[in-house]
Amino acid sequence: MSSTSKAGGKRSRAASSKGPTTTTAAKNEIPDKATLLDLYRQMALIRLMEERSAEMYMRGKIRGFLHLYIGEEAIAVGSMASLKPQDYVITHYRDHGHALARGIPSKAVMAELYGKATGCSGGRGGSMHLFDSTLNFAGGHAIVGGQLPIAVGLAMAAKQNGKNPVVVCFFGDGVLNQGEFHESMNLASLWKLPVIFFLENNFYGMGSHIDRVHAGPGDVYRIADYYQIPSRQIDGMNVLEVRDATAQAAEHVRSGAGPYFMEAITYRFQGHSMADPEAYRNREDTTAWRPRDPVSTHRAYLLDSGHATAEALDEVDQGVQSEVEAAVQFAEESPEPSPDTLEENIYAEA
Amino acid sequence: MPEITLREAITRGLREALEGDPRVFLMGEDIGAYGGAYAITKGFLEEFGPERIKDTPISESAIVGAGVGAAMAGLRPVVELMTINFSLLASDQIINHAAKIHYMSAGQFSSPLIIRTVTGGGAGLAATHSQSFEGFYASIPGLKVVTPSTPADALGLLRSCFQDPNPVVYCEHALLYGARGEVPDDYYTVPLGQARIAREGGDVTLASYGRMARAAMNAADRLAERGVEAEVIDLRTLRPLDTATVVESVRKTHRCLVVEEAWQTGGFGAHLAQVVQQEAFDTLDGPVGHVGGIDVPSPYARNLERMAIPSEETILEALQEQFGL
Repeated sequence: MSSTSKAGGKRSRAASSKGPTTTTAAKNEIPDKATLLDLYRQMALIRLMEERSAEMYMRGKIRGFLHLYIGEEAIAVGSMASLKPQDYVITHYRDHGHALARGIPSKAVMAELYGKATGCSGGRGGSMHLFDSTLNFAGGHAIVGGQLPIAVGLAMAAKQNGKNPVVVCFFGDGVLNQGEFHESMNLASLWKLPVIFFLENNFYGMGSHIDRVHAGPGDVYRIADYYQIPSRQIDGMNVLEVRDATAQAAEHVRSGAGPYFMEAITYRFQGHSMADPEAYRNREDTTAWRPRDPVSTHRAYLLDSGHATAEALDEVDQGVQSEVEAAVQFAEESPEPSPDTLEENIYAEA
Repeated sequence: MPEITLREAITRGLREALEGDPRVFLMGEDIGAYGGAYAITKGFLEEFGPERIKDTPISESAIVGAGVGAAMAGLRPVVELMTINFSLLASDQIINHAAKIHYMSAGQFSSPLIIRTVTGGGAGLAATHSQSFEGFYASIPGLKVVTPSTPADALGLLRSCFQDPNPVVYCEHALLYGARGEVPDDYYTVPLGQARIAREGGDVTLASYGRMARAAMNAADRLAERGVEAEVIDLRTLRPLDTATVVESVRKTHRCLVVEEAWQTGGFGAHLAQVVQQEAFDTLDGPVGHVGGIDVPSPYARNLERMAIPSEETILEALQEQFGL
């Protein structure tokens, strides 16, 4: 039984190989031109950073695991656009997009992938563990589901913080089958904590399609019903829809009404990591999703709607190109961590 | 000085922290309405309210992880895990998250979290409820591990834990809660990483912690009856570990027996014996001895359980066999 044939019935929207029902930007609130263009710029930046990272991985400049966010850019960019500086963001190991969208400088991200002292985690974390405390970016976390309980704790502290922050916790569909998912949903609802559980459903936990590993009866967002958490499924390929939906979810959560569960339907255009030959899915699946590419569809929307000219978009592309080249150069030229710092920061100093 | 129990000492330390620091809160299974499985937090719910004394579902991983997150964002959580056996369900949060956040974020985040838990066997709870994993946690860089054996140390160490910006696993032995001892009225702390010479002596060093430190004291009393003076060192914390005090003692006594309740194989005692051998080999009259729990899942039957856990008798037998004392 292929995932495609099963798609139409069991998970009507979620598992369609052609992606979710197209949602037009028209129903979303349309931000001003500068914002629209900046959303494009951020997605283009993530896309190119990922492409250059893949290249540098193949050239041996980046080691370990490298999980690319290509195809999922609209989620990080759209959601972060609706957050405030005091909010917390915590995510999984596919974290480059979230880090960049939250505002970690591309130089610091690329330097971290290179394992350099100037990286946002000082070369200690690498691709899967990006951190920036000044942005309340509480990390990429590499144990599937491990960040959910931590998000609950961040939200406990947030509840006592006068600035009324919300916590946004990103995770993939693989997390649905971890015990910590259910423990955390339960606690957050029980204690009415200000956390948005943000599922990036790209249908694959590594190489396993959700239909092969998850027994839920249908659309995944309904899983939140049991825990009395309001939820919604959105088109994760549409940056404006993600932006709007996140704003609404954040408003709900900030009001003290408790957590919110968002399911963004998306697709991972690359393998799970650079090491993935993608033997588990056929090329048609991936090809079918290509027209839904969040970067090119937003670009087309800007052109079609007259919000941006081709020249303006080309200019943005050139700016992104320069920024990524500067990031690569910065990473190349940055020093490795000093050997005498090996044992620094195992413990915090009183 | 007034005498109190180890249970009362811990209760006092927690109450002090709750009174003195609004960032401090407690969470755990049945710590509120029930009063705590070992009655440490009895009355706290009424005293401090449900926002600071949080009864949790039976979700060890989530409550430790929530403690990590709350600590990262500036609070001072104390998570009670009913026993160290249940900490296995939270071991990912303890080892992969609490212990790693500070290092992996290059010092940007920290998780000053106290995990209070109950360790050890001897109460007839059988194999899944009688284990000693404090040595295992002590092998993890990023964690601190505290193992008090007296009321005074329990309070002094707990105070230090609240001042420490790192995750601490605070291990209370189930059979020591009723142990009595003098506790100063004046404020004091016991630093983490400083062993206590519980008894001075020149003939042999007994290095131990927790309930076995008390067994070692009893063994030392018996030895003294026949003129052998043992020096008993209570390590008090397993990480940081005060090896200097042990090595210094061994340089004086030339004999060393490491005593622990945990299984003998691959554990903390083997590590300590190795350190002593490495650093004091030239002064030793013989190999460093090691008394630990028998490598067996803890049995329920009273007679078998007694055989599995070291006691003052097994310590004396080991001293006789190894050193002829």
